[in-house]
Amino acid sequence: MNTPEPFLGVTSHAPVRHHILSVMVENKAGVLARVAGLFARRGFNIYSLAVAPAETKARFSRITIVVDAESAPLEQIVEQLDKLVNVVAISDIAPKDALERELLLATIKTNVDSRTSLLDVVGNSGAAIVDVDAGSVTLMLAGTPAACDELERELENYTTMELHRTGRVALPRLGKAATATID
Amino acid sequence: MQLTGAQALIKSLEMEGVEVIFGLPGGAILPVYDPLIDSSIRHVLVRHEQGAGHMAEGYALATGRPGVAMVTSGPGATNIVTPIGNAHMDSTPLVVITGQVATVAIGTDAFQECDITGITMGITKHNFLVKSAHEIPRAVAAAFHIATTGRPGPVLVDVPKDITQSMMEWWYPTTIEELDLPGYHPVVDLDDERVNEAISLIEGAERPVLYVGGGTLKSHASAQLLAFAERTGMPVVTTLMARGAFPDSHPQHLGMPGMHGMYSAVTAIQKSDLLISLGARFDDRVTGKIPAFAPHAKIIHVDIDKAEFNKVRRADVSIRSNVAAVLEAWDAATVTPQNLEVWWKEIDAWREAYPLVYDEPVADGPLRPQHVIESIARAAAPGTIVAAGVGQHQMWASQFWKFEEPGTWVNSGGAGTMGFGVPAAIGAKAGRPDRIVWCIDGDGCFQMTAQELVTARAEGIPIKVAILNNAYLGMVRQWQEMFYEERYSEVYLSPDLPDYVKWAEAMGCVGLRATTVQEMHAAIATANSINDVPVVIDFRTDSTEKVFPMVAAGASNDDIMVHPLQRESK
Repeated sequence: MNTPEPFLGVTSHAPVRHHILSVMVENKAGVLARVAGLFARRGFNIYSLAVAPAETKARFSRITIVVDAESAPLEQIVEQLDKLVNVVAISDIAPKDALERELLLATIKTNVDSRTSLLDVVGNSGAAIVDVDAGSVTLMLAGTPAACDELERELENYTTMELHRTGRVALPRLGKAATATID
Repeated sequence: MQLTGAQALIKSLEMEGVEVIFGLPGGAILPVYDPLIDSSIRHVLVRHEQGAGHMAEGYALATGRPGVAMVTSGPGATNIVTPIGNAHMDSTPLVVITGQVATVAIGTDAFQECDITGITMGITKHNFLVKSAHEIPRAVAAAFHIATTGRPGPVLVDVPKDITQSMMEWWYPTTIEELDLPGYHPVVDLDDERVNEAISLIEGAERPVLYVGGGTLKSHASAQLLAFAERTGMPVVTTLMARGAFPDSHPQHLGMPGMHGMYSAVTAIQKSDLLISLGARFDDRVTGKIPAFAPHAKIIHVDIDKAEFNKVRRADVSIRSNVAAVLEAWDAATVTPQNLEVWWKEIDAWREAYPLVYDEPVADGPLRPQHVIESIARAAAPGTIVAAGVGQHQMWASQFWKFEEPGTWVNSGGAGTMGFGVPAAIGAKAGRPDRIVWCIDGDGCFQMTAQELVTARAEGIPIKVAILNNAYLGMVRQWQEMFYEERYSEVYLSPDLPDYVKWAEAMGCVGLRATTVQEMHAAIATANSINDVPVVIDFRTDSTEKVFPMVAAGASNDDIMVHPLQRESK
């Protein structure tokens, strides 16, 4: 449990040497496979990865990759990424300069006894109830990875039927420039 | 002008100045082979798609121009995966056109379907799956642009059959912008600050070595290298990928570094205080044990690919540039190192003590493989191109052939692809028909791709093949002898099965055999007198011969093993 595993380490945001790369790519078929394939064949570890069309919607997508800088020097990861023809720009955001957000969705089994306390957890964490039926509640939290970790710990007191996190997206804080590599 | 996608593809290749395509047709690429009949482009019909890929590589290495191969989908495409991987490792510019099943059939496990863009994603510089006939010119132009700029490499263009059969209005990109490559910027301006930092390192150096790699050949920097080396008086080593970048006859040339490098080249690097890497990548076959590699040296690393910086060895100064531009900038600044007299005295002592040697030839045989190579080289016309497979014969060829100019050494370095030699030699000869092309091959390698001699005969490409037939997978045998207590496991091949002379004759070549020194000289003379058909010589060599010097895998370069003849004196 000490060493978080790539992809599976969603509950562990303990201080590890992670770095956030915000990677602008051409919005073309197979680009995600090129990026993922590069990490796989060079032995670079990914903690999480989120991808969606960027502000210039039609042409580019932004991939936010949380990388394990222990698996390889960050410089190598960035330079190898930069060699992919479809990668347009890479911003390396140091964790302290990053605005990071993640979305957590969880469906929790409830009964009359547990429902009240669960509502407290929801209220205190800033989460929201997004679906309810007789025996369960689906809640949502959009927050920092730490807030999502905290909520996950709180939910250990309940029966979680399903829990899903998106992996984080990030932008540099205002006034903090990313170390940008413009390809 | 309305064209079919197939016509547009061929016309695009013509626009790129392609003179020869190495290929083999099949279902999915069939439409493209029809307009080929009317094209000025020569097509060399290979007997196996791997041959097409290695021929394209040989062509590229000998001419400096991108090699082009064209094959069909499925097994045609997978058969050319090895050459693509080989070209990727050696940064050889290649454009490979593959047919693909019709777009509606993609993903249905259709006949001869395979995801070749997926398969080659990690071993191409880039690849394209073309989705419309209109996009064919852009894809082809982009493929050539990517393959030949920056750090060169293979680019694959996968074209579905319905795309080549549909109509398009002809156009061709005339600007880089039209190639639509927003993420591809292979060239940057030279960073003057870095150039100057390097200059101060050079000026302080007392024991510098110019560590010349394949990038020097790729950036056509031989003339600049010669000028810079002569002006500064620095010793030069050329890696396996850079043989020919600096004349072997030049007194400042120490030869090849690395696992089977010259004692003086290896040792000079180890003792250097400044290593100037020019388009080299600190390959494990050069460095040996990395922490023990050139332990006292500061590093100047020049490369067009910045991902090479600090990958293996941290550089004190890294300069992203082609090699020629940096050498010109240094020369313009008339940079000079410290007085190198003491350094040269040491180097000359190593050179004198440990030259390349081999055991005395035995008149009645078996032949010394090194003697065979030296004899071929002595009888060869100046400018002869040499191709090799992979193994002992390749190392001996690199050691004992004297390379004087770029484009005369065609070999598989990074990938170590057995069977590279024969097809690569054919490709080299197709690109440089004015030159004599010898393939120095091993018997194991020869058996992997020899069928391409049928291609050579049929297409009128008269190469000469020297099989150093020691009846073994020689390099593996050498390791088993040295590191596995002479327990020989699955390395014996037999000298007589196959009968190489009969095989050569069956393929329309002249077949010769040499077992004695006299026969060896006679066979070489005969081969040199034949220039209309390929010639194959079966040289019966001593299977116990080993390649020396040698640095064992993972060992420090300080622990270099010299030839047994030299061990008493060490």
